[in-house]
Amino acid sequence: MAPVIPRSGDAIFASVERVNAELFTLTYGAIVRQLLTDLEEVEEVNKQLDQMGYNIGIRLVDEFLAKSNVSRCIDFKETAEVIAKVGFKMFLGVTASVSNWDADGTCCSIILEDNPLVDFVELPDTCQGLYYCNVLSGVIRGALEMVSMKTEVTWVRDMLRGDDAFELQVKLLKQVPEEYPYKDDE
Amino acid sequence: MGREVSESCVDSLLTEMVSSYCDRFYANKPELAARRIEAIGFQVGHQLSERYTMERPRFSDNLEAIKFICKDFWSELFKKQIDNLKTNHKGTFVLQDNRFRWLARMSIDPSSEDGDLSQDNSAPVTENKAAQATSMHLYFPCGIIRGALSNLGIPCAVSADISSLPACELLVMECIRLYLLSYAHCIAFISTARYSFFSQSRSSCMIIVIFHPCISERALRFR
Repeated sequence: MAPVIPRSGDAIFASVERVNAELFTLTYGAIVRQLLTDLEEVEEVNKQLDQMGYNIGIRLVDEFLAKSNVSRCIDFKETAEVIAKVGFKMFLGVTASVSNWDADGTCCSIILEDNPLVDFVELPDTCQGLYYCNVLSGVIRGALEMVSMKTEVTWVRDMLRGDDAFELQVKLLKQVPEEYPYKDDE
Repeated sequence: MGREVSESCVDSLLTEMVSSYCDRFYANKPELAARRIEAIGFQVGHQLSERYTMERPRFSDNLEAIKFICKDFWSELFKKQIDNLKTNHKGTFVLQDNRFRWLARMSIDPSSEDGDLSQDNSAPVTENKAAQATSMHLYFPCGIIRGALSNLGIPCAVSADISSLPACELLVMECIRLYLLSYAHCIAFISTARYSFFSQSRSSCMIIVIFHPCISERALRFR
């Protein structure tokens, strides 16, 4: 069987159906605003955004694997690179970078300088503590869980809070090896 | 063409929004969930309409505004125009999209229905749930249109819901039963108006715009 060559993020993004990013940005903004009105507490909104992201991520990973032709990643370093270069590009049209690896290779930062979710967005003072893009952390966590990696994703830098970039810290907690549901000798 | 994202971002965000509001936040209160989804659509439509009409002069009448929604606005959002516009010249407009993007990829989750459709008592329940799920998704585009028109100074009511008229209901159920495992169909009915439209074409969507009664009901000629 001929080896399947992984496709670059740019190539995939050029080949998928694309839509006006404004619709996406405004829809997400309206959702966050409505959540703030309905739930009132910023922490609760953060939690719900993460949960929504998780639900999206567990499904999005199928499309990612189907379109990108990536083979199984050797280690977590490769996983993080693939997320940053291929994953973000094929969905959001932007490339992220990976840095701040720890000694074990289980914890890194994904840095995003351009983020369609926050175009024209400014947070009012009443939203202190809101992680506006928390859906992204849920998406990454959900997607990785579907490929047997339990992770913890937290925000280190947030441009809406005055920082110069968005930085997500992704920490690999556990790699669950795939188990076959049947025993060999039965 | 401005910045773009993949269509699956929007699809998955909308699906997750509808599912969060219907199954988690307002699990047993579909009317409240529907109102929230419509409100989110309203905000989006209002802001989009603001952006897309910034450089234009004001519309001369309601028909021009509706035509803008059908042509330019719809093109920005869905890369196509509304396929058919009808009016009764009394303040009601029907916008028909024969291939509504957001429904084209929807399928009804087979696990949500019992495999055995021969049981009469379970079939209507699951099919009603399917119809309800479809109509929940439609609250969002209805809200977008209402928001867009409201920004243009035209208060209105927009619906694309599935009515409970007995004759039509059968057809709705029929169609959904046939296409349970593939694509959902959108069949829109007006429950109070004199017309009842239905369409069996895949992902055809009718959106009914009813102008507020206090707007003058001068006859609007459309062509």
